[in-house]
Amino acid sequence: MPHDDAHGHHHDHDHDHPHVHGGADHHPHRPDADDTLTYCRQLEIAVRELLVEKGHLTRDEIRGAVERMDARGPHLGAAVVAKAWTDPAFKARLLADGSAACQEAGITFDQSTRLIVVENTPEAHNLVVCTLCSCYPRMVLGLPPDWYKSRAYRSRAVREPRSVLREFGTELPDSVAVRVHDSTADMRYLVLPMRPASTEGWSEAQLAALVSRDSMIGVTTVKAP
Amino acid sequence: MRSHHDMGGLPAGPVEAGEHDYQLWEKRVDALMVLCSSKKMFTVDELRKGIESLPPDAYDRMSYYERWISSITSALIHRGVISIDEVRAKLADIEKRPPETAGEKA
Repeated sequence: MPHDDAHGHHHDHDHDHPHVHGGADHHPHRPDADDTLTYCRQLEIAVRELLVEKGHLTRDEIRGAVERMDARGPHLGAAVVAKAWTDPAFKARLLADGSAACQEAGITFDQSTRLIVVENTPEAHNLVVCTLCSCYPRMVLGLPPDWYKSRAYRSRAVREPRSVLREFGTELPDSVAVRVHDSTADMRYLVLPMRPASTEGWSEAQLAALVSRDSMIGVTTVKAP
Repeated sequence: MRSHHDMGGLPAGPVEAGEHDYQLWEKRVDALMVLCSSKKMFTVDELRKGIESLPPDAYDRMSYYERWISSITSALIHRGVISIDEVRAKLADIEKRPPETAGEKA
């Protein structure tokens, strides 16, 4: 795709010139800044207003999409995990078809994305990454943490997962296999962690409170209370 | 040759366990991606291609949603949904607004 961006720069792809895309070179890189109207923030305003003015989107649709995403978060995944821990038939359906079982549990999917649920066992631990970009089980966990999208995580999770796990404080015995799942836009993974011992008789709500986001990405495990 | 975004398995430093609360403009970029792709204004694959063909230095310098809005804009222009001239005129108009309220119109 040609990079004729809004400033009209044409970017050939020799990649030698030390700057310019989309005018971002006029500003220092500010990954998280929301207090300065950077070029890309202006671009967001411009594109959003043009789409509304031209009748492609409405302000309500945009507000609704932001609110739907805001409402998503790890509490959804935790509820699914707790249900799987307490309902063997649901767990079987979840592992067979993650998308269908999550929708049965009331979770909505914005896009036709397949969700695959992978189960941790005493023999195998699962870890989720997206080496190419940032694909993440957003329908059940919300938007990803920054480290998930970082170069360090994306590069290393597939080559030295045990070292990465150690950086999250997770030490696994050598007898436990580590399986790393590389996500794509159309196929996302959610880890079903192991239910900790000494939680017999707990309610789904009590169990869900134990389940962290990181344990469903697979960088940690669910600890016994 | 391996593309810049294709970084699986390459050496890199420790994972910094940082995160930030997403800002409203970032959530709006996300909403534009979801809505425009569900209305078939472009495909998610086109967007990904736009991000993956960013020059490596731009890829590294831009934050996540900066890459996304850059690619969304390119895809919408490429598909003829909006034009470069319209974007330019709109940006010039935004420049004239007080920064605090520049994004509040829509």
